[in-house]
Amino acid sequence: MNHDFSKLPEIIDRYPRSPESLLGILQDIQKEYNYLPCEALKKTAAALDIPLSKVFQISTFYNAFSLNPKGKKVIRICVGTACHIRGSKLIQDQIESQLGIKAGETTEDMEYSIEVVACVGACAMAPVVAVNDKYYGSVKVTNVKKILRSK
Amino acid sequence: MHVKNTTQLKQAQKKIVAEQKKFPKKVIVCCGTGCLANGAAKIVDAFKKVLDERKIKDFAVEALCETGCHGFCEQGPLVVIEPRGTFYTKVKPKDVQQIIERSIENDETIEKLLYTDPQNGEKIERYNDVSFFSHQRRIALRNLGKIAAHDINDYIAVDGYQALAKVLKKMTPDEVIESVTKSGLRGRGGGGFSAGRKWRTCRDVESDTHYILCNGDEGDPGAFMDRSIMEGDPHAVLEGMAIGAYAVGASEGFIYVREEYPLAVVNIQKAIESAVEIGLLGDNILGTDFSFNIKISRGAGAFVCGESSALMRSVGGEIGEPRAKYIRSVVKGLHDKPSVLNNVETFVNIPIIINKGADWFAAIGTPKSTGTKAFSLVGKVRNTGLIEVPMGITLREIIYDIGGGIIDNRPFKAVQTGGPSGGCIPESMLDLPVDFDSLTEVGSMMGSGGMIVMDDRTCMVDLARYFLAFLVDESCGKCVPCREGLYQLHAIVSRICDGKGVEEDIEKMEKLSEMVVLGSLCGLGISGPNPLMSTLKYFRNEYEAHIRDKRCPAGVCRELITYEINDKCTGCMACIAVCATNAITGKKKEVHVINQEQCTKCGACYAVCMHDAIEVF
Repeated sequence: MNHDFSKLPEIIDRYPRSPESLLGILQDIQKEYNYLPCEALKKTAAALDIPLSKVFQISTFYNAFSLNPKGKKVIRICVGTACHIRGSKLIQDQIESQLGIKAGETTEDMEYSIEVVACVGACAMAPVVAVNDKYYGSVKVTNVKKILRSK
Repeated sequence: MHVKNTTQLKQAQKKIVAEQKKFPKKVIVCCGTGCLANGAAKIVDAFKKVLDERKIKDFAVEALCETGCHGFCEQGPLVVIEPRGTFYTKVKPKDVQQIIERSIENDETIEKLLYTDPQNGEKIERYNDVSFFSHQRRIALRNLGKIAAHDINDYIAVDGYQALAKVLKKMTPDEVIESVTKSGLRGRGGGGFSAGRKWRTCRDVESDTHYILCNGDEGDPGAFMDRSIMEGDPHAVLEGMAIGAYAVGASEGFIYVREEYPLAVVNIQKAIESAVEIGLLGDNILGTDFSFNIKISRGAGAFVCGESSALMRSVGGEIGEPRAKYIRSVVKGLHDKPSVLNNVETFVNIPIIINKGADWFAAIGTPKSTGTKAFSLVGKVRNTGLIEVPMGITLREIIYDIGGGIIDNRPFKAVQTGGPSGGCIPESMLDLPVDFDSLTEVGSMMGSGGMIVMDDRTCMVDLARYFLAFLVDESCGKCVPCREGLYQLHAIVSRICDGKGVEEDIEKMEKLSEMVVLGSLCGLGISGPNPLMSTLKYFRNEYEAHIRDKRCPAGVCRELITYEINDKCTGCMACIAVCATNAITGKKKEVHVINQEQCTKCGACYAVCMHDAIEVF
């Protein structure tokens, strides 16, 4: 995938040049590109003067990072305890079958990705689904379609 | 505004309070994550628009207050009209015009927007009369739903930063530690270690640098107390940390916030900036030689980073693997310097302890667990949300008086506390007082405060599988007992859920659990088998039903149940529309049939049927 990496130096410059800044930089890269492009990781390693293997170690340890590109809409299904006992599995099944992909996958047209998250902290409205930054509470089987279509 | 000393802070407070008194009425719109999801932002916009249009003379837009979470998220968006305390629930943008005309210009209440008590169907007008709120005692959550989170003036108006001023002017660090110790405050993150003793140990370590860290990682699924505090009252967290820093001799602090909490990050960042701007953080605070700066460190979605040594490594830009703690992190923590790590809720209790005194705090709760505790009361309970109660209250009071009982009047089965490290408490123990020691005694734990209520339709074996799956995912993999032990436990429980369990499995799991507890490096593994062991202890019959009778009594485990349609079916075709595998056939107005071979038992048909026509066997 081709990216415009012109923003990268600016992202790296937001932080002091020390190994401690790695996590913050990777989070900002993830936010900008929706995943961690390999090229960006190489440049980060060079800028902070740390081995690329170290950058990969961090990238694969934390759930927030993805080495694969994500779709335009990232559907995050909360599977926290409250959501679990209020039927998040059923909601997950519905979303997966309507989009034809499993959790952790992205549709071929790069429109949708499905992720399951441990808890988004909106437990009083379980089950919860988030589409990018928007949260939907008390999700029912019957409104899954509407949530997926929403902008 | 820049406050240079405590006198100026007092003057600033007076000025802000006088300014606020100009508005006889105030509209409070809850803008916590829950209410925002329900559309609170549109309500705020609608208020602004209508107020501008009408140019109401004695009521300016400034008196529209966007607060943090009230805790009653299920009823959101919430609007409160002060000073009367009129409490409107599930408000829609189209209601705004009417609220202004009737409740602000006149003192009328709008019946249809009031909360209905689920137990007797009565409409309740005032905030404080709603049973969900009236049984609570709010100390840590004192400002939530009352002040605007993003406005430091609102915090100063309610005695904000007065405790910091008091310690800087009148108390030595030792006196602060003494006071916190005397209050009996125990860490609210789960462990329950004395906050004062932790501070004392840190202060006594000789070092050129000490650190103060706030744990806002709140990884327990089913808990959102810290999130709400960080979003709704960020200055209280900063003030608590500053007092802690003064006490232990730190000049730098970090708040570690989960990346799943974007609003908390934004609000805390803003709070730090405004505190620095007016001189309540930074160099020479209030004209003293005390300097303190706070940085935000965003977590990256790893549950294990809630553990102290893992969190500190993560703050340092490393992977969050815990280390063996021959030397505790309070002695050798961040960058190998003495570091105090307290939870968000612990820090917000500090200013009020300083202001009201250790004795006042110690008199609340029980002798060994003083003060109050915030819980997220969720699951199959009628009133779900964020609550705070004095320690020592019983589970029954929480679930029935505040929570309003179980949804649809179904039978209560268990309540899970302590997240993946805690356990399930059965009905026979509903009168158990809620404090650190009682919960640990029965095989659960306080944890950070998730309280998940379950009814007869929750399968305890499935729940054990759920927690084990979570921990298998989140185990950092450094030590074998946790990495492999939990994995095997999960494999056995999954087998039981699939109806392939054998009689020896129970004993095997008990033995393996013991080994995991004894051999693991950190709390994740040590307490990991708790959900399994507590369900085995109190709900053994459910495991036996799965293994011996190949039956799931709660009707959850898919391999062991069948869905069938009875003659109540009206032929509405709703189930046909949601069935992903086309397993249901039937014509309109005729009883439908499920083809068992095609059915994946996802339960979608059961969830949508309005006529009780689908049964689980």
